[in-house]
Order: sequence, then C-alpha cells, then structure tokens
Amino acid sequence: MAERYELRFSGAGGQGLITAGIILAEAASIVEGKHAVQSQSYGPEARGGASKSEVIIADEPIDYPKATLVDACLAMTQEAADKYSKDIRPGGLLLVDEDFVQNPPVGDFKVIKMPIVNTAKNEVGRMIVANVVALGAMVALTEVVSRESGETAVLSRVPEAFRELNKTAFNLGFEKVKALIG
Amino acid sequence: MAKKVALLQGNEACAQGALYAGCNFFGGYPITPSTEVAEVLSVELPKIGGKFIQMEDEIAAMASIIGGALAGSKALTATSGPGMSLKQELLGYACIAEVPCVIINVMRGGPSTGMPTGPGQSDVQQAKWGTHGDHPVIALVPASCQEIFTETVRAFNLAEKYRMPVQVLYDEIIGHMRERIEFPEPGELEIINRTEPSVGPEEYKPFDPSFGDVPPMAAFGSGYRFHVTGLNKAADGFPTTKADLVDNEQRRQLRKISAAQSDIELNEEYMTEDAEVVVFAYGSTSRSARYAVNELRKEGVKAGMFRPITLWPFPEKRIAELGKQAKAIIVAELNLGQMNLEVERCVKGACDVPFIGRVDGEPINPGQIMDKVKEVK
Repeated sequence: MAERYELRFSGAGGQGLITAGIILAEAASIVEGKHAVQSQSYGPEARGGASKSEVIIADEPIDYPKATLVDACLAMTQEAADKYSKDIRPGGLLLVDEDFVQNPPVGDFKVIKMPIVNTAKNEVGRMIVANVVALGAMVALTEVVSRESGETAVLSRVPEAFRELNKTAFNLGFEKVKALIG
Repeated sequence: MAKKVALLQGNEACAQGALYAGCNFFGGYPITPSTEVAEVLSVELPKIGGKFIQMEDEIAAMASIIGGALAGSKALTATSGPGMSLKQELLGYACIAEVPCVIINVMRGGPSTGMPTGPGQSDVQQAKWGTHGDHPVIALVPASCQEIFTETVRAFNLAEKYRMPVQVLYDEIIGHMRERIEFPEPGELEIINRTEPSVGPEEYKPFDPSFGDVPPMAAFGSGYRFHVTGLNKAADGFPTTKADLVDNEQRRQLRKISAAQSDIELNEEYMTEDAEVVVFAYGSTSRSARYAVNELRKEGVKAGMFRPITLWPFPEKRIAELGKQAKAIIVAELNLGQMNLEVERCVKGACDVPFIGRVDGEPINPGQIMDKVKEVK
C-alpha cells in the first residue's frame, strides 16, 4: 500500500456516505490495525446538497488530516461529481452511480460506472443500503482494505436484524466492481 | 490483554478522557462544534451516578460547574468561542475563589457568531487575557484524538492539583475528525484528586497560606462551611481590603503557576536539534507543520517543529533558546496574529518570526508552510 491513500465518498446529504466513510476507517484502523483518519463536510452542506466524507489510510501515523490529492473518489450524484472530482490525483479513480451521474467529469483519472442506488433498490431490495453497496464497490476498486475486513466492519455496526441485508449489499457492490474491472 | 480501541471523534475522545479522569458533573449549553462532548456525557454520566445538566445558557453553565466543584465534584463544561466569551466573568470568579474545574473550548471562526462550522485558533489569547484582572492561567492544546483524551485527563489533574480552572482548546478539525483511540487501562494514567483539609471544620480556613500556595479544599456538604466570594479575600474566605493581605493573596495565586512551570509545561519538539528554521504550531496546524517538515527534510532543508501542548503558561525559556539557534521561528496558526506576538516577545529579536495566518475556514496546508520556510534567507 502507498504511504498515504486518500478516499472520498460524495453524494447527497442523507445518503449515508459519512457512515460509509466511518465504516471504512474502522475496517482500516480497528480491524486491520493501520492508521486512518475520517472527516466529513459539516453544517448546512451536510443536510442535502452535495456532501462528502473523506478517509485517509496509511501505514504510518497521519499528519495532515484533510485530503490533498484524492486517490479514489465516489460520486453518487451529478452535483457531487462536478464539485468533488476536481482534486483527484492524476491517474486516480472515480466511481460514479451511472443512473445519477449522466455526465461524468472528464479528467486525468479513470471513470468506473455502475448502478449503485438501483442495485440496492432492485437487487438487495432496500434503497437505504446504497451506501453499503458503494462501500463494497470502493473496497473492490481500491483494495485499500481486504474484503473480509470491510465486511467485518460493516457487520459490527449494524443490528442483528439487518446483518444479512448489509452483508448482501456489501458483497454485491464488491462483486459488481470486480466484474467490471476484471 | 489487548487494549480497548475505538474510532472516535475528538469530541467523543474528550468526553471519554473526562470520564477516565473521574469527571462526575457536566453543566453545559450546546454549541457547535463542541456539542458531541455534552452529547456523550449526557448518556454516560447518569450510568455512573454522575450528573448532567443542560443549563439555560453558557453563563449559567459556568456557574453550575463552579457550584459542582465546590460540592466536591470533578466538573466540566464544553463550549466554543461565543460561549467562551460569555463565561469570562465566571472564569475569573473560579480563579479568585480557587475552584478546580475544566472548560473545553472547541474553537471555530470568530468574533461573535463567526463561522460556526469552520475551524479557528483565534481564542488562544482570550484564554489568557479574556477575564479581567491578574489571574493564573493553564491552557492545553492537544493535536490528535488520542491526545485530546490524555490532555483532558491532565486538565483535570492540573485543576485539582493547583485548585483553579483549566482550559483545553482544540479546533473544529480535530473536534470532528475521527481517529483510532487506545483506551488506557484504569490506573495507567495518573489521576490526581484535590487535597482535603487535615484540620477539623472548627479550625479550617479555605485559603490558609500556611498550608502552601495551594491550600487544601473542603467540599460543601462534608461538614466544613466557608465563605466563597469574588472579592479579594483573607485566609478565612471573607472579603478584605487590607493591603498586605490582598497583595499576598494575589501574588500567591500567580505563584501557583509560575513556581510550577516545569510541572505544567509540556512541549513536543520534532527535528529541532539541528533546525535552521523552526515552525511553531499547535493543534491541527501542527499536523500540517509536521508534514511540511518531513517533506522539507527530504529536500535537504533543515526544518523542525516546536509544538506546545501546554500553551499557557508559555514555554518562554525554550522559545528564547530556539530563537538563538534558528534563523527564523515561523508561527502558523488559524488566526491573524496571536501567538506570534508571544514568540516575538520571547526571542527578543534574536531571529525573525515570520507569520502564516488563515481565517477562511480552511486549514493551513503543508504547502503554505513549506513555501514560507523556503523564503527564509
């Protein structure tokens, strides 16, 4: 793993992307024992509009806690894609929800398109787990934590009754991206 | 056994540190970006028989912790700039009445309502001079979630040991970001409790200097009765205007801190041994400074960082020494010029003190610091 790996989860406020960031940070720092810092947009922009959550993962203690050049960015909405894809590292990754980001930004980064909200809605059966589908997809795309660590972190956050739902969501997201990138 | 670990926000770590230190009273009034401190304690304090009160405003919140502390509790409040301004009068009251308590200030932009959701470091001089009159000040400025935990514990210890209010200041960035925390085992960190009277209620004088600069403190409700006032007072706690008593009393209160500087002062130095340029930074800004120093060292630039963890009392001696060693001490902080004045005062012209300030709601980034270091001739 690189010295410092930066991930950004962006979308509309209320889509659970801050939670997705927290779970990834837990997977890295609690399950895998790496260093992780999670931060998020706060205040008016976190309530509707474009919202983001950032996770920095490293083998060493993390100094500067904010994103500098984003290695991998998730955008669930067009507004988020336009606003938050600007500082993706040259050669970095942008994962978009293809149903909501009609015009993916163009830049020196690779764009991966997949249905995220619709996978949650139609295949898992609950739109509310779109953030966990997205998390599974980001883990598959970046391999910043292992699939098992991601799943462990997801499951340690959800009540018993929702374990299967979230497990399905995480793994569907993971597998869909793996199928796409081969 | 493996230690308990968790991914916590700075504010949550503060609340956990307070509980570890033995905090059993919180009186507060919610304000961004400090509210999570109150939120966690509102859940946790009732579980251990402690008390949580949401007061009608920040002034009452400060009054409540003074009352709680006088009754023997380890008392805490948490606020941000606007609330801190309101607490100033009672902060002075806690100083003169020598009431141990801890005040958390999660700094945002200011003045007034300013920028509630943005970070700031512009309350650092207020921490020293905000309340009127000569008074002792201890202010701590942690820079990570783990350090917020340990410095909150230390704040309670210093408050109890020196019988005075202690402020902990950190900015919105570390208040809201999440990092892995290792919970110390019980007993792993030292916990200090206030010295109780060794004499009976009949003989007890709450400010008797014959017991030293920090006279023992009895808890209300424990059979001891004494007078508490914001007026200058004699050893028995009652007001006095006698010149020698007032003078002795005022000097004793400042001496509590000045004589104990080495016990209270805490700094981190990073690559300062051979540094030609030293970056003075605290709180979240020190994280950018460390990043910048690492990058600069890769380029062969002899840069280092001085990070106060105790901001007040100020590390005067060490800054003066570094001023003689370095070509420049660059001060980086999220305000338009506060601690640079203190650094300038201490180096007495021995080196340059360039300044980097920022108040637009964004952190000072490592690149800004690197550029400034490279400007030093």
